[in-house]
Amino acid sequence: MTTDILVLLPIIIPMFAGLIMLFIGRRPMAHRVGAALTGLLMLIITLWVIIRVYNSGTMVTFIGDWAAPFGISVVIDMAAALLLLSTTIVTFAIVVYSFQSIGMEREKFYYYPLILFMLTGINGAFSTGDIFNMFVFFEVFLIASYVLITLGGTKIQLQEGFKYIVVNIVASNFFVLGIAYLYSVTGTLNFADIYLKLDNYDGNIIIMTIVAVVFLFVFATKAGVVPFYFWLPGSYYAPPMPVIALFGALLTKVGVYAIARTYSLFFIGNSAFTHQMLLFLAILTIIVGAIGALAYTDMKKVIIYNILIAVGIILTGFSIMDQTATVGAMYYLIHDIIIKAALFLLVGFIIYRTGKVDSERLGGLIGQHPLAGWAFFIAALSLAGVPPLSGFYGKLFIVQSAFENNHYIAAIILLLSSLVVLYSLIKIFINVFWGEDMDFSKLKPVKYDKLLVSSIGLVIVSVAFGLGADLLYPLFEMAAEAFHDPASYASYLTEVE
Amino acid sequence: MELIIIILSGILIGASVYLILSKSVLRIIIGTSTLAHGVHLMLLTMGELKRGNVPVLDAEVSSYADPLPQALMLTAIVISFALTAFLLAVAIKTYRELGTDNVEEMKGVPHDD
Repeated sequence: MTTDILVLLPIIIPMFAGLIMLFIGRRPMAHRVGAALTGLLMLIITLWVIIRVYNSGTMVTFIGDWAAPFGISVVIDMAAALLLLSTTIVTFAIVVYSFQSIGMEREKFYYYPLILFMLTGINGAFSTGDIFNMFVFFEVFLIASYVLITLGGTKIQLQEGFKYIVVNIVASNFFVLGIAYLYSVTGTLNFADIYLKLDNYDGNIIIMTIVAVVFLFVFATKAGVVPFYFWLPGSYYAPPMPVIALFGALLTKVGVYAIARTYSLFFIGNSAFTHQMLLFLAILTIIVGAIGALAYTDMKKVIIYNILIAVGIILTGFSIMDQTATVGAMYYLIHDIIIKAALFLLVGFIIYRTGKVDSERLGGLIGQHPLAGWAFFIAALSLAGVPPLSGFYGKLFIVQSAFENNHYIAAIILLLSSLVVLYSLIKIFINVFWGEDMDFSKLKPVKYDKLLVSSIGLVIVSVAFGLGADLLYPLFEMAAEAFHDPASYASYLTEVE
Repeated sequence: MELIIIILSGILIGASVYLILSKSVLRIIIGTSTLAHGVHLMLLTMGELKRGNVPVLDAEVSSYADPLPQALMLTAIVISFALTAFLLAVAIKTYRELGTDNVEEMKGVPHDD
């Protein structure tokens, strides 16, 4: 068996593009072209990966031809492939958006290479089949995010960036500790092999529960789950808008993906405790996010607290872990990556145009920017889950499964959270786009065509995803299979033997 | 031998918790690197410290030390080294911009002037 290069391309291409950009030095224009071209190339490749996975099943490659479980294996199943595609779409839109918003100073100091390095880490974390390799890719995108959050060196960025770095370093150290415990129990690092070893595990179940809690602490800190969300509202408030969009859409979702992966493959022995705990924390996350989203009139804060609600909803789906719930969670995960980025970019557009972040000091913008206004309206409806937009399907499946499994409180809180999301976003819409006209002469004379193109483009992608959700159902069914039926994920290992 | 190392790593992690919870930026940074040391020792211990010969393939030796935790630890050390260096750079820049090394004063939304 030779190494299949296609599986590795989503990791290799952004890395080499970033390296080349580092070597050509401070040339912002060349960096722009390079980043956009890399984005386009990645779009083609991730689409190709999805088609390959759909036709011939999970793609596996062994690095250096060291057969699993001894070497590092890279495994792209449907869930990873869909996440790779949505990550690429969002990154491409944000790169285009950055042309007119991030400012020449940051572009000179290697802003685009950093985005590409972050993409390398995120893609790697999605597609790796090895727990220690996942840690390494976590560090790759985290260190890129450390630089991105402090790049520019304004006071708030340094202050919040320092806290962000310390919190993440502590969590990463516990990740290594969790891997150490897991290795001492199973003696392997390969996801599929760990699953097979733990499937007929007859040791002390308490040890595995402790490992599960350590891993949950790590990934919950990265994903912003209550009670480890405390750093999120402050840190995500600091950097400029495109960076927040990148973090809010992608970084928390990597944590959610890691929770889903580990809680479906490793910690199934004592799911009466571990998955109940996950469900409990997910519901708490929704409630805290809802309180935050209602409490602020600052547009950035409202959307940041909406991240928490989305994380809670996805984790509710993954904690129930049956077929309907995981299909719903996959739908909502992909939907939320795209629509969260679109919302952040639209809010960023309003902030760049008006120079204000408080929605109550704005008004009447619909006459000036009808397109942005209606795009924001559609994005708000989509996030709240109004059919036929894309948020509806995920929520429908998750709520249906919660009722089937007698989690009535979870289902009701999930439904109520939709109302909170709708209220918090429509309040922004009404304040900013309707109401009394603000002083239009104070609008900043900035160029904004690329800002609008990329943010409305994302809304269009999201609407198309919602309308085509029925057609895409087979893909999501395949993606969810790896979670509710982990034996199918591990089958590449059993077939080899 | 394992027991001693585990106790040592417990002491290191305990000390690092104390340091990270303090208010001075430098103490926090020393705390994060101490935490990394404790965790790395723990990782090393998980493969059993000494249970045979060096992990080089040899016909006469049947019991080898487990090379994997050592390889993992090496990777983790390099990562934590890079992170500490970067964190120190951020800390000195933060001190110059904000004029304080007390995290208690690093609150709210500071304004650029």
